[in-house]
Parts: sequence; structure tokens; C-alpha cells
Amino acid sequence: MISAAEFEAPNLEYALLSPLLIVAGAAVLGVLVEAYAPRHLRYLVQVGLTLLTVVGALAATVWVGLSLDTLAEDRARGQIAGAGSVAIDGPSVFLWGTLLVFALLGTLLFAERQLEGGVLGFAGQAAALPGTEAEREASTRGLEHTEVFPLMLFALSGMMLMPASNDLLTMFVALEVLSLPLYLLSGLARRRRLLSQEAALKYFMLGAFSSGFFIYGIALVYGYAGSMQLSDISEAVSGRAGGSSLLLGGIAMMAVGLLFKVGAAPFHAWTPDVYQGAPTAVTAFMAAATKVAAFGAMLRLFYVAFGGARWDWTPMIWVVAILTMVVGSVIALSQTDVKRLLAYSAIAHSGFILTGFVGAQQGSSGPAGIGSVQAVLFYLVTYGFMTIAAFAIVSVVRDGSGEATALTRWAGLGKESPVVAGVFAFLLLGMAGIPLTSGFTGKWAVFASALAGGAWPLVVVAVLMSAVAAFFYIRVIVLMYFSEPVGEGPTVTMPSGLTTIVIAVGFTATLLLGVVPGPVLDLAGAAGELIR
Amino acid sequence: MSETPFLVLSAILFTIGAVGVLTRRNALVLFMCVEMMLNATNLALVTFSRVHGNLDGQVTAFFVMVVAAAEVVVGLAIIVTIFRTRRSASVDDASLLKY
Repeated sequence: MISAAEFEAPNLEYALLSPLLIVAGAAVLGVLVEAYAPRHLRYLVQVGLTLLTVVGALAATVWVGLSLDTLAEDRARGQIAGAGSVAIDGPSVFLWGTLLVFALLGTLLFAERQLEGGVLGFAGQAAALPGTEAEREASTRGLEHTEVFPLMLFALSGMMLMPASNDLLTMFVALEVLSLPLYLLSGLARRRRLLSQEAALKYFMLGAFSSGFFIYGIALVYGYAGSMQLSDISEAVSGRAGGSSLLLGGIAMMAVGLLFKVGAAPFHAWTPDVYQGAPTAVTAFMAAATKVAAFGAMLRLFYVAFGGARWDWTPMIWVVAILTMVVGSVIALSQTDVKRLLAYSAIAHSGFILTGFVGAQQGSSGPAGIGSVQAVLFYLVTYGFMTIAAFAIVSVVRDGSGEATALTRWAGLGKESPVVAGVFAFLLLGMAGIPLTSGFTGKWAVFASALAGGAWPLVVVAVLMSAVAAFFYIRVIVLMYFSEPVGEGPTVTMPSGLTTIVIAVGFTATLLLGVVPGPVLDLAGAAGELIR
Repeated sequence: MSETPFLVLSAILFTIGAVGVLTRRNALVLFMCVEMMLNATNLALVTFSRVHGNLDGQVTAFFVMVVAAAEVVVGLAIIVTIFRTRRSASVDDASLLKY
């Protein structure tokens, strides 16, 4: 036991931790702005603050990435910081950069005001009940919740901490910091508020349930290893001799928590409901960024801490990966709502990423220097850009009652707006993994890493399920171009430059990463392995 | 003293919580069951801390309490909003989103 006299203040590497500190600090600042800035200034101040923060953190991330030490023994770069609780290495920095870019796009979508006639797409006053006088008054007075920006920054700080966390406690706290703001954001839609509130309730209940499993898993692993540090756990796992039921139970329960966050079957049930009910800007940000954070944490936890127990967890991930791909692709066939369709497609994509994850290949032994870490990182980038842009397009196809998400309303969109339909069709082809889109290169990377790891049955299932998935993506394209519009047909509301930029960036990234994937693949390769 | 009784108690509490989440209908009761799962975890953490003779588990238990408190704030906000809108806190009534 430590007595008070021995206590020494820990030494923090402020420079290396700066991207995290900037985002978390600005989130707190945003709360103060909300309390002190006059109402008419809040929108400008909050948007400006958020954009400035994200760009500043991005610059800091680049600087941290350039200044990482190379470790002599292998291909890894970086160091453990924050008194052993944060691992700042290549993959962490790569994921930080990815998350910050997605957050930048997310902020632009959050700040969109033109689609709702001059107000944000969030509830004017969340406390005013739907359909009451109070809500009408809030709407006439043009009230809006600019708190969404600090909430997004809080979620972002959790997302950035999670894949970089080097002990189980930090990982748990990061998971909660990531989740809690997202629960609230899901419930703040301006239109269809009952659906939105229900989405928030479901997300919260199931999220809290799964994090209960996650923390119990942590307790069991701690009981086994006697430490929260990933490196100590790795040592205990490698040197084990029989009697490891605590460890196996712990691994399984922690996996439940993380697989829930990435939306893998059988823990996927929340995904379609929340993606459909949440405000579309939130769905776009959440779909891309949560996946990045949770897969980053999974890579670190399973490769670094539980690497020695690989033969114990691989079969479990195999089953989950196959189930996820099949459930995502097959149920998507029967969807009639475009947001739900994209949600099931997100589930299927989780399955594809798990396929690459299970390969567990080190960079040097994989083909073309692509290890599992690199393949997963690259796939997350490609998937994120496609998803954000696709949901941004969903937010501009509207009718009198807001977004027209029913697929039947999308019939004939090709005639109404060839550009929007064309871009959406291209993004869907990207998600299906057609060559010359980033989806193809991403899939190629994860399948190659899975094959190199000997997981060929998984790759066979994945290719089959890609074909099934292609069917429903192409069904939507056929619907947009070759069906007659029903009734008045869909209308495309002209968004402000903010949403347009997001769609353009997503489209360009999907095209460029499909045609010249080299630079980003090299960047993922240069990230190297996870340090311990 | 053996640590087994404490771990068994913690497992029993956790199971009661988990079963409660799966079977109960009222959002508030569901939420209490989740809190029970977290408290069962605290018991396990403190027990293991004693077994290993280090403080990690006890410190984690404090963090779990703080996280549970934060979760209460967010969770009750959502549940109360749903209750005011629907005049019911039953999770069975919230069934607009499906399939």
C-alpha cells in the first residue's frame, strides 16, 4: 500500500496529448459559451469554436505523428504517455486523424441551417413536448439547441481516447464519454420527435446494458492478471498455465461491450432503430466515427492485451463475423426505409472489417506489407467517407414533412435531380465494393489480410455476402433511375454550402481512394504496429 | 478469508441485474437493474483488489461509481422526456421503430 508521503505527481506529456486535451478543453469551453454568450451569437461562436478546435487538433495530430520516436526492435513507432494510461503510437495517431476529419465533416452537417428554413436540424427546445403549444412557440421564436456542438466535441474526445487507451480503466471511461453524448444527440431531432426519443431510449438502455458487460469483463480480466495495464495483462496471458476461466469469461464479456458498439450481430439490434430515429447529421457522424473508435479499441485490446490468447478468441470472432455479414446483408434486402437500409449495410460492413480483424497478421508477413491493423485502418477510412456522404444526401431529399426516407419516395430521383441521384448511386456502388471506388480497395485489403491469416472460409462468406449486398444497393439505383415517381415525386432541397462540401468531399474521397489508394495505404502502413 | 463467497455473490447480483433488464417492462426498473450490474462489478473489483494486494481495483470501483452517476443524469433525462411525451415509462410502448 502507498502512503501519502510517497506520492509523486505524475509527469504528463502535454505536447503528445495535445490533440486530446484541445478537444476535451474546447468541449468544456463550449458549455461555458452556452451559459454566457447571448442567444443570437451562440450559433456563430459555437460553430466557429468547434471548427477551430477540430482543425487545431488535426494540426496537433499531424505534429504528434511526425514527432513520434521509432522503436528500434520492430516496425512500431510511438510511446506510452499519461502515466501509462495512453498509448500514442502510429495507429492511434492515424485514427485520431481519421476521427478529426470525420468530426470536421460532422460539424458541417450539424451546422446546416438552410434545410430547415434557417434553424438547425435539431429540436428547437428538447424539453418542449412534441405537438404542444410550447413546441410551436419554440419553433416560431426560432429557438435552437447549440449545445449539440459541445456534445459532439465530448463524444469526439471519448472517441479519440478509446483507441489510444493503454489500460482497461481508461478504455472504459473513454467508452462512456463517447456514448453518453451520443445518447442525448440521438434524441434531439427537430422532426419526427417520437421516433427520435424512442431511438435515444433504445440506444441508452442497450448501451448501458452492454457497458455493464464490458466493465464486468474488465473486473474478471483484472482478477486474472492483477493489473489494468494492457502490457501486464499481455504478460499474464502469455505466461499462463491452465485454469483460465476468469480470463476467458473476461475476454467474452469485454467483447460483448465492444461488438455492441460496432454493431456486430447478435448485438446489432439497436443499429437500425437508432440510425433511423436519430437526426440524420448525428447518424452520419455516429455511423462513421463510433465504428472507427470501437474498432481501434478492439485492435488494441485483442492484439496487445489478449494476443497470447489468440486461439481462444479467434473462433468467437469467426462466428460473430459470419453472423454479422449474413444478418446485415440478408435483412437489408427487405428494408423499405433508406436510413434503415444504410444501417443494415453498416452492420454488414462491420462484418467485413471483422473478417480483416480476425486475420491477425503482422505487417511484414502480409501481402504487400498490409497487416490486419493496416487493412482495418484503411477500411475504416473508406467506409467513413462513404457513410457520411450517403447520410448527407439522405438529409437533402425531402418532402413537406421533412426528410423523405421511405424508399418508395425515392423512385424517379434520377429525373428530379441527376446530380444527387448520380452521387448517391456512386456511393452505393462504393459500398457494394465495385472496382474504381474506395469500397473495392478497402474490401481487397481486409480480404487479403484475412486470407494471409488463413481465414479463407470467412473470405468465401464475405464475397458471397458482398454479392447479396450488391443486389440491394443496385435495387436502390434501379429505383432511382428506372421507376416512375409516385405522386408528386421526391424533391431535392438545395442545401447551403456546408452540406454540399460534405457530399463533395465524401464523393471525391470515395473516387480517389478507389483510383489511387496508394498514399493512404502507405500512411496506414507507416503507422506501423501497436506498441505495448 | 477466501474470496470465493464474494465473487459468487457478485456473480449472483450481476445475473439478477441482467435478467431484470431482459424481463422487466418499466424503463426505470430496467435502469435500476443496470445499476445493479455496475454495483456487482464494484464488488468483484474490490474483491480482486484485495486478492492481488494492489489498489487498481478499488480505484476502478470509484470510477465506475462516477460513470454510473453520469449515466443516471443522461438516462433519467431521456426516460423523463419519454414519460412526459407518452405518459408511460413502459419500454413495450416505445415500438414505432421496428424491423
